[in-house]
Amino acid sequence: MKEREPLFSTKNLNLLRDPLNDSNPITVQVLGICSALAVTVKLKPSVVLAISVVAVMAVSNVVISLLRKSIPPRIRIIVQLTVIATMVILVDEILQAFAYDVSKQLSVFVGLIITNCIIMGRLEAFALANKPWPAFLDGVGNAAGYGLILIIVAFFRELLGSGTIWDYPLFEKLGIFTTGYVNNGLMILPPMALITVGIIIWIQRARNRKLIEEK
Amino acid sequence: MENLVNIFVKSIFIDNMIFAYFLGMCSYLAVSKTVKTSTGLGLAVIFVLGFTLPIDYLLENYILKEGALTWLSPTLADVDLSFLSFIMFIAVIASMVQLVEMVVEKFSPSLYNSLGIFLPLIAVNCAILGGSLFMQEREYTSIVEATAFGLGSGVGWFLAIVGIAAIREKIRYSNVPAPLRGLGITFIITGLMGIAFMSFMGIKL
Repeated sequence: MKEREPLFSTKNLNLLRDPLNDSNPITVQVLGICSALAVTVKLKPSVVLAISVVAVMAVSNVVISLLRKSIPPRIRIIVQLTVIATMVILVDEILQAFAYDVSKQLSVFVGLIITNCIIMGRLEAFALANKPWPAFLDGVGNAAGYGLILIIVAFFRELLGSGTIWDYPLFEKLGIFTTGYVNNGLMILPPMALITVGIIIWIQRARNRKLIEEK
Repeated sequence: MENLVNIFVKSIFIDNMIFAYFLGMCSYLAVSKTVKTSTGLGLAVIFVLGFTLPIDYLLENYILKEGALTWLSPTLADVDLSFLSFIMFIAVIASMVQLVEMVVEKFSPSLYNSLGIFLPLIAVNCAILGGSLFMQEREYTSIVEATAFGLGSGVGWFLAIVGIAAIREKIRYSNVPAPLRGLGITFIITGLMGIAFMSFMGIKL
């Protein structure tokens, strides 16, 4: 009988670790940008969206991985969408029940988790060909990598755009406004999210040169 | 009529799918390498949005909304199925995309071949589901308005992807810092285009 692989072998840990840097879903795989950027004006909705994506992704990865032998390849996209949509409906209902104001702020973007390419992409590329436990780790890892970028972008946009952190008026308490500093209103507007991500990509690739694209 | 033109123009310029809501960014970034393929994809998106939104509008108003089932029988007046809207909308989108794919394959094999993998990918283009959800949220009053909104959003998306593809074709000849090459510079250019599009924001229609 084949020896069982330990639950947290190096291979499995790498599934969890890689998406945080070398194969980050947003900055390297270019997945899931759609619903990510518009919610990053404030830290709170971004954290909520990141947690929702982790939940949806972990569960749908496991479900698809369990079903992987019985899904006919021709209709797999619709099966995947159904699994994801069911999970998203659950998350949406939970948010509306327990965090109504955040759910209002996120508006259509909770629903848009369904078409978040990161989920479809990982289901196609990983869950369809792997066992449930690695699929679970892959889901959590990728969703965490996605959430990490979301939170970094939201941190800078909220700090520079409104001078607050998690709605706590940091700059006002530090007395920075008395020196003549004013909030940069541009940071709140949508285009700055793109430019912030562009700069994150720049920094990441400057530190990690093997990610640089060929000309 | 004036109202329809307003909705159309507003959804192209002011509420542009890409620059104001970042919807459909994945295919926008992945497919925008040449003008030719982006034109094809843009047209397909206009087409799918223009057909999906009226169908979703009918679904929303005659099946899903609270009290929408009264046309069937008055006893169903307090049935609220709106929690099913995600799953219904995505099913409509997936089948519309399938339909478009079959029609294009039948009547224009050359276009079908040039679009290739991008046609089925429209199903997971957030611009389509986003359009449906915005339509639901903004409560358009008639099916014609919903169609105008759908076509307008499609045209806005088309303009954005053709614009970025043209810029990316030109930028290949310039000396971009190595870590920014490819993805990074595309993000920043999109941001700058978004700032340019923001000049439409003050216009009240």
